[in-house]
Amino acid sequence: MVEGMEPVLKALGLRLDALLGPDRVITDPVRLRTYECDGLTNHRSTPGIVVLPDTAEEIAAIVRACAEAGVPYVARGSGTGLSGGALPRADGVLVVTSRMRRILEIDIPGQRAVVEPGVINLDVTRAVRPYGYYFAPDPSSQQICSVGGNVAENSGGAHCLKYGFTAHHVLACEVVTPDGELVELSADGPGYDLLGVFVGAEGTLGITTKITVRLTRVPETVQTLLAAFGSIEAGGTAVSAIIGAGMVPAAIEMMDALSIEAAEAAVRCEYPPGAGAVLIVELDGPDAEVAAQFTEVERLCRDAGAFEIRIAADDAERALIWKGRKSAFAAVGRISPAYLVQDGVIPRTALPRVLARIDALSAESGVRVANVFHAGDGNLHPLVLFDDAEPGAAERAEEVSGAILDLCIEHGGSITGEHGVGVDKSRYMPRMFTDTDLDTMQMVRCGFDPAGLCNPGKVFPTPRLCGEVPGVRKGPHPYEGKADIF
Amino acid sequence: MQPLDALAKVCGDVRTGEPAEGVLGVQPALVAAPASAAEAAEVMRVAAEHGLSVVPRGAETRLDWGTPPDRCDLLVDTHRLNRLVEHASGDLVATAEAGLPLETLADRLAEKGQRLSLDVPLPGSTVGGTIATAASGPLRTLYGTPRNLVIGLTVVRADGKIARSGGKVVKNVAGYDLGRLFSGSYGTLGLIVEATFRLHPVPAATAWVTCPVSGPEEAHEAVQTVLHSPVAPSALEFIGPGTVAALLEGVPDGVAARAGQLVKLLGDEAEITEQAPDDWGRYPDGTTLIDVAAPPPSLRELIGVVNGIQHGVAMTWSGSGHGQIGLPSGLTAEEVSAALGALRDVLGRHKGGAVVRYAPEEVRNEIDLWGPVPALALMRRVKDQFDPDHRLSPGRFVGGV
Repeated sequence: MVEGMEPVLKALGLRLDALLGPDRVITDPVRLRTYECDGLTNHRSTPGIVVLPDTAEEIAAIVRACAEAGVPYVARGSGTGLSGGALPRADGVLVVTSRMRRILEIDIPGQRAVVEPGVINLDVTRAVRPYGYYFAPDPSSQQICSVGGNVAENSGGAHCLKYGFTAHHVLACEVVTPDGELVELSADGPGYDLLGVFVGAEGTLGITTKITVRLTRVPETVQTLLAAFGSIEAGGTAVSAIIGAGMVPAAIEMMDALSIEAAEAAVRCEYPPGAGAVLIVELDGPDAEVAAQFTEVERLCRDAGAFEIRIAADDAERALIWKGRKSAFAAVGRISPAYLVQDGVIPRTALPRVLARIDALSAESGVRVANVFHAGDGNLHPLVLFDDAEPGAAERAEEVSGAILDLCIEHGGSITGEHGVGVDKSRYMPRMFTDTDLDTMQMVRCGFDPAGLCNPGKVFPTPRLCGEVPGVRKGPHPYEGKADIF
Repeated sequence: MQPLDALAKVCGDVRTGEPAEGVLGVQPALVAAPASAAEAAEVMRVAAEHGLSVVPRGAETRLDWGTPPDRCDLLVDTHRLNRLVEHASGDLVATAEAGLPLETLADRLAEKGQRLSLDVPLPGSTVGGTIATAASGPLRTLYGTPRNLVIGLTVVRADGKIARSGGKVVKNVAGYDLGRLFSGSYGTLGLIVEATFRLHPVPAATAWVTCPVSGPEEAHEAVQTVLHSPVAPSALEFIGPGTVAALLEGVPDGVAARAGQLVKLLGDEAEITEQAPDDWGRYPDGTTLIDVAAPPPSLRELIGVVNGIQHGVAMTWSGSGHGQIGLPSGLTAEEVSAALGALRDVLGRHKGGAVVRYAPEEVRNEIDLWGPVPALALMRRVKDQFDPDHRLSPGRFVGGV
């Protein structure tokens, strides 16, 4: 806990007790520890206070109380994020939305639904599936992650190659601003597209309390194949050929030999033995389209040297093909005591070059790297393996991990495709963006949250001093005296 | 040094403005046409030093949108920023300068069998102007508006500094997405100088299925039938007074089969054509253009209101729930105002709204172009950060921004 903050937090805790009742305000150190990290477990911090609001009005009141006390706050959904975006503050309040799980409205003629932020991603799909609809963003954690978290992170998933990201499937958000006001941000309303910048801002611009999501028609047909290649290069050739043929598959995923080995050990996915790489290609859409394109995909895979192709005959077989891929992250636990996951992106055409460089990096450093990636959009998930019991191993893994991000930037890519920057990658932001770029982004932050209390310390390595805007704010700054929080 | 001389030092094409190039009647004192992003940055820096108000201009196809600027000391013309910077066809990505016309971009992309999936309702429109006005057409039903297709944006700030966000890869969540923020910002946050787009392959085959409808109920039924069908149209339009048409794109066999499926769903009167039906992807005629947006079930009542305004009021509308209504020149300001009120009543009940894009001056002065703006205070604060002196397109946007 920050020096001198304790009395402030104590007073705030009492105020929150009065707002929510003591059973929804957690201050017991043992219970607080449950919330010390999100899905990225190597960053931990026990929150000062945890609150469990039930309504938007309660969140607004919590934010107002924090603002008045000058205490930072962080919103958290299911805590599945992989960049520490929901890492709590020891000197702050963690606002957990997991009790806000109502689906408020399903409007099939309007192809949309309205949900609370704690609603589980897959529960939206479950609710609308009987009408022939689903919610398209499908991060691997979709069985447990929340829609509010998806909004914060602009979550993707294996199928965003064709269907896009959360930003493309959110039509409006009710938001508690850092002023503690409830406002509606919409993609279609007059004025600035504040929704567009709010989605993916990693919870630094406010807390969403109600989300209108777009629903997507379930495709008539889904066809999935698994192709085994002797090498990553051959698999990469197939990917380029498929995209070059003018197709936009729903998903194209690739795994290398090491990640196949891990998946095999963990879930017995029984991918073809001896494969240097496997490719999963899924096409969906109208019957007639998919039938024609699927034959073409199969041919292109064979031309690129696939030695075995399996085609899923039904949903069960499709699930089997996906099982190895979906378990890959967890599975590396079978072949390594610890690992780091990266989320860099490169232009798809740079795949062979970058993978060769990653190989070289791995060989030079002696650090093993397993590659699992969304090949269609160049989103790499290198799993950097290490033994946390071995002195210096974590540092070496971290070094290799950083070098991989440098490779991505060097090839015109990004340091994160879907996991977000959070606390984990903020130090890499200056490698991708200039000071002016980062300063410009933070102008938005200053517009929303001049006091910098809303999820501070995330995304940007250095906070921007918002300062007074000449000729605009009259009278004392609403957060006068709190500016030294920077 | 006078502003003209100072600008001429940093930009090869600077002159005084002419009455004919007024922005909604406001004549620019000076016009500068930078030839590169660096030159544009210098121009903006000099403008900042001299406290000049700045209005960007592309091909002037939408310069009459919004309200007139309070001042226009300097018009920054983007026509010399017209390069296709890069077309990475293997990555389905292209970067273009702001002044490049979308049709020229389309021709270049087509050489490699690719396209930017944005319609060009107004010929000549540029990359920058299209983003600044968030303009779109029928393809928005499947591909969305510029906010969904811009993956990287380079702007010059009010202080003359160049800032980038996003990048050259489609999948990227590093930092705030200023591409979406600048979409539809009417030149009030900064000067757009370059944009990177995600592209799509040009489909091997296309077909339209067109069906006559009489009255709001039939139109609504036809639209709902197509929306909930599995044929996955790229576009679905209601074109007033009585046509519903769907665009199908894909492989030849697939398009043929899906077109057949749609005809079955829509009935005997539906027909398959290789050409787009009349008025496809064009703004409706009229001297007042109104953008409407609300969930698709609003169509029924929307047509009712439009039919009630006056016989022959033109309308086009997409299955995404976005549409345009054109009001004829004969309507008085009071009549336009009443029509707008009726539209906002109906759309408001569907959680949507109506925004007037352009109108004759005597009408414009009497109406509220934007309607209710829920987060206006927040928008003002964002504007104040980007443009503390209110020099960028002042007064062109919502709430006097």
